[in-house]
Amino acid sequence: MSGKYTVKRFLSENAVIITFIVITVIAIPSSQLSANYIIQEMITRLGRNSFLVLALLLPIYAGMGLNFGMSLGAMAGQVGLILAVNWRISGIEGLLFAALVGTPIAVVVGWICGSILNRAKGREMVTSYMLAFFINGIYQFVVLYVMGMVIPIRSPAILLSRGYGIRNTLNLESVRQSLDTAWMLTIGPFSVPVVTFLVIASLCLFIVWFKRTKLGQDMRAVGYDMVVAEAAGIPVDRTRAISIVVSTVLACLGQIIFLQNMGNMATYNAHDQTSFFAVAAILVGGASVKKASLPNVFIGVVLLHLLFVISPRAGQNFFGSAMIGEYFRQFIGYGAIALSLVLYASKARREAVRVREVQYGHGGGKKAAGEAR
Amino acid sequence: MGQEDALLSIEHLSKEYYGNIVLRDVSFDLKAGEILGLVGENGAGKTTLMSVLFGMTVISETGGYKGSVRIDGEEAKFGSPFDALDAGLGMVHQEFSLIPGFSTMENIVLNRETMKASLLNDVFGDRMSLLDRAAMRQRAASAISKLGVTLDTDMLVADMPVGHKEFTEIAREINREKTRLLILDEPTAVLTESEAKILLKALRNLAGQGIAIIFISHRLQEIVEIADRIVVLRDGTVVKDTVNESLSIKDIASWMVGRSVSVDRKQDGAGRSFGEDILQVDGLWVDMPGEPVCDVSFSVRSGEIFGIGGLAGQGKVGIPNGIMGLFPAGGSVRYRKKEVPLNSPRAVLEMGIASVSEDRRGVGLLLDESLEWNIAFTAMQIQEKYLKFRLGGLIKYRDEAGMRALTAEYIDLLDIKCTSPKQKVKQLSGGNQQKICLAKAFAMKPDLLFVSEPTRGIDVGAKKLVLDTLRRYNAENGTTIVMISSELDELRSICDRVAIVNEGRIAGILQPSADVADFGLMMSGVAPESSDAQETAHV
Amino acid sequence: MSSIKQYLADFGWPRIIIFFFLLSLFVAAPFFGVRLDNSLADVLNRFGQNGIFVLAMVPMIQSGCGLNFGLSLGIIAGLIGALLSIQAGLVGALGFAGAIAMAAPFAVLFGWAYGRILNKVKGEEMTIAMYVGFASVMFMCIMWIILPFDSPTMIWGYGGKGLRTTISLESFYKRVLNDFLAIRMTPSAIIPTGELLFFSLCIYLMWSFLRTKTGTAMTAVGSNPDFARASGVSTDRMRTLSVIISTFLGAVGILVYQQSYGFLQLYTAPLQMPFAAVAAILIGGASVNKGSMLNVVVGTFLFQGLLTMTPSVINSALQTDMSEVIRLIVSNGIIIYALTRKLKVTK
Repeated sequence: MSGKYTVKRFLSENAVIITFIVITVIAIPSSQLSANYIIQEMITRLGRNSFLVLALLLPIYAGMGLNFGMSLGAMAGQVGLILAVNWRISGIEGLLFAALVGTPIAVVVGWICGSILNRAKGREMVTSYMLAFFINGIYQFVVLYVMGMVIPIRSPAILLSRGYGIRNTLNLESVRQSLDTAWMLTIGPFSVPVVTFLVIASLCLFIVWFKRTKLGQDMRAVGYDMVVAEAAGIPVDRTRAISIVVSTVLACLGQIIFLQNMGNMATYNAHDQTSFFAVAAILVGGASVKKASLPNVFIGVVLLHLLFVISPRAGQNFFGSAMIGEYFRQFIGYGAIALSLVLYASKARREAVRVREVQYGHGGGKKAAGEAR
Repeated sequence: MGQEDALLSIEHLSKEYYGNIVLRDVSFDLKAGEILGLVGENGAGKTTLMSVLFGMTVISETGGYKGSVRIDGEEAKFGSPFDALDAGLGMVHQEFSLIPGFSTMENIVLNRETMKASLLNDVFGDRMSLLDRAAMRQRAASAISKLGVTLDTDMLVADMPVGHKEFTEIAREINREKTRLLILDEPTAVLTESEAKILLKALRNLAGQGIAIIFISHRLQEIVEIADRIVVLRDGTVVKDTVNESLSIKDIASWMVGRSVSVDRKQDGAGRSFGEDILQVDGLWVDMPGEPVCDVSFSVRSGEIFGIGGLAGQGKVGIPNGIMGLFPAGGSVRYRKKEVPLNSPRAVLEMGIASVSEDRRGVGLLLDESLEWNIAFTAMQIQEKYLKFRLGGLIKYRDEAGMRALTAEYIDLLDIKCTSPKQKVKQLSGGNQQKICLAKAFAMKPDLLFVSEPTRGIDVGAKKLVLDTLRRYNAENGTTIVMISSELDELRSICDRVAIVNEGRIAGILQPSADVADFGLMMSGVAPESSDAQETAHV
Repeated sequence: MSSIKQYLADFGWPRIIIFFFLLSLFVAAPFFGVRLDNSLADVLNRFGQNGIFVLAMVPMIQSGCGLNFGLSLGIIAGLIGALLSIQAGLVGALGFAGAIAMAAPFAVLFGWAYGRILNKVKGEEMTIAMYVGFASVMFMCIMWIILPFDSPTMIWGYGGKGLRTTISLESFYKRVLNDFLAIRMTPSAIIPTGELLFFSLCIYLMWSFLRTKTGTAMTAVGSNPDFARASGVSTDRMRTLSVIISTFLGAVGILVYQQSYGFLQLYTAPLQMPFAAVAAILIGGASVNKGSMLNVVVGTFLFQGLLTMTPSVINSALQTDMSEVIRLIVSNGIIIYALTRKLKVTK
């Protein structure tokens, strides 16, 4: 009886991750991709995406849910990269320069985002999503008009032919994979970007360390219960805003790492899907709106991208259309987000009922007493 | 007053909210290591007194207070609860104020964690310091040992039994170095009997270490058992301030509820005749947060005004909410010999039972809509009144004219002060909002009416009008009324019988003319000695 | 009088700025060689074309489900109806009516399922609605490839598989509403009378629905669900009903949109459509939980006016196309503004 219950509970708590594993296991053979190819892809994608996904952790600790506004940071990173290319700063220095330019921008937009989310308590996720759209408008304004008109752009190669505004695709040849190839270790058939992984590892260490600081403790307290934290004298709004600022800065750095690996950048769209991929990954990895850990990040990146790598081929081989695979992976990404949000929200409602029952004694017991009369 | 060695002295404290006097010239002292039992009915002013002591902003926002609070003879003016904490006051509220995902230790030192400096301190400030968990655990353990209980420092609050939560809260308050005065508001309300015993022992332990304690409880046995001194508040004044020596619970109970003026009784049953039992409640339980009902049985006679009293949190409000289907409930409720389906608001309403909710703004009203909507809504949805039918009843439009006429009728009848029937209800005063709630119920032409806390938060004039209306409605239409109220006076003035609820059960049913002390005892969970005062069975 | 005052008070400064911005665009238009009559006709056409999407927001706002970011579900139902109508070879007014009729059962089904989901996640409706919408659009992208439609106008001519991304309605029901009783104001400006009449009819029906017993109950559920429950109204049923109505209006909305536009857009086209409708009703003065017919009309007019006028006027003035950027900032700015305002329902 209780065994049955726990199996059922396990299934419902891990529904998303299990669905993913099942679909992937079915799809791998039909993709006809070699194991070596898939493993190399996973190594590359872990290096490319993990940093961005890690940026989501702090706001979750602070109880603000999934920070869909992380694309704000991505945009800041892109501005940094554009300027690095403009000033022809190449290699690792180029990336550092981009980070140096992007970080202060990320701090400012992160603070704005945090302050706005403090005014939309209980609706953080949808608001952060709309904020990403809104700041996108401002980003487009800056990159499409201000750059070249107000901010001098010296490199005509990146300008639109009309004389101002940045081209739709920015070639990042000068910084391309400079972090990844700084020390590329070859293990058997696989090449591993060691420095990138070291950067990711140090971020993990930072997060572990951060959770042990006073600020990290306060953030968790705020995440569990804002009212109690406020009553204990913790500056709730400020703590929440800081979590968003840190998340935005990490997203900025993460986007720079992501783009240096890609080697080119769709100037006006590169950030569109940043939060989608990151959020889908962390949820697929077993995180929820309120709870996430480092393993969730890495499991999620591997599972999500495994499916992303194989689904176009599987679609081609299965239905004779690569587009199906393309749509399928987007469907699965959005679907995973929707499913985990639904599961979490309905679980939270059930949980509230259960807590009440515990607190006020079991209705069943009283019922029995009543009927005995 | 104003003894030399007093830790806390309250002198001539008065406080009014919007002209409503809630504390009148309150004075008492408290010495270090003394336990003061504070007793009073709901609305006696306990909460306001504690709010003043603790520097709650609600006090300064409503015009401050008169008189003074002295600590060690120094006048204390607290701008916020944090000032009070700094002055050495600690308070444990009725609701837990703990972080569920944190351990005992983390909660005890919440926001006062021991820290070790880290590299980033210079750049980002103190909040980047690392926590010194070993030192935190030690501090927590020492606070717990001061209490003299055993608690696991690493257990998560979410996994704890309630008793442990209570101890964790107290440990947090005494963990502050300076804490010298501890205020506990109904700390035993959620505890089992054995847990409560341990708590009382722990409190005596603390008092032995020189900490002064203000202990608020409705359980008078506990007060008698633990307090060195007892202060009884009634209607905002201290009616008794005495050393706890050879006091009987009955004395305290009668001080608590007793009125100097005799209750304004109506014609005491004269000319009142009742029909058979129309409502029979048997073994009712209701899972209503804050007002749980465990096992309640009673019957109400046709044409009667039946009162249900008791202290807040004891479950009296849970009874109508359970019967009306608003909270999960079980047991048996029979109305006119038919079983009332529980957990189905619609079915109950369709049987001709209506209710006026105690939660006026939360449940009783559509604050953003007009008077017309509020008054007509339930009758429209349940009885299809105030509708115009088109296409042979396929389409049912609101009958705006009918709604207006209905609203005008009740504005007139209940003297509702408003600018127009289209005015939004949220713009009306509390008393007028209450009248709207009554009008909404009357518009159903109910056969049985539950009225919960009909006079809460409204001024004296409106109170009288509401009570008179209920009495008249009962007399004119023969409507059976079950009235639930925290105001004993009110119940005794208009009800034919009064049941007192304590800890989710009916402690007894009394005639309104019964001795006030008996009411007080029942509220405190003690059976009155004179059993003849209590009705043996329903007549 | 007091209701007008109230309306202005609730209107808020962002909306007033937008209003004056639009006004100044109209005033400035002639100076930059933009013809007013054409602009006005354009605005009116787009007003009728998009209005029903905005109207579709009303029931869910009223029942307390918030802004319907998942309107794409209704749009998908409409697309299915349109495809079935074409497949059946229906043309003209019959084709249009047929599309609505065939879309209806899908809209009801989708709306019912979607409503069930939203009832499970009270408090988180909007984020979840968004992702349910996205996921459904992507799912249908796969379906558009797989489903066995075979009318030659719909499928790729050669090589490709599945339905085209855009399907011309030229020979079916293009402009069937627009051209009904159309009035030619000036040689180049036509008022799409039929479309406007149809929109008015929808508004009238919604207005009367909100005056029925059920509509009253729905509003009460949004205003105070506890009150409604205590009065014997099933909040879950009312919410589900509101979602079904909203989804159905989304279906009708896309059909009206298409007949005016002349093409059926499949695949990822519905992805962003809900956001425009959300922005429009908020610009019209609605909040997250109160919306009226006036909000719909004013909001659609202001929003579509802005979309029409900014490209033409700003582009002529600055010699550059900033309309997309302005649209992004204005429409998303207004949504954020509405989300950060304190809930108006007083508790």
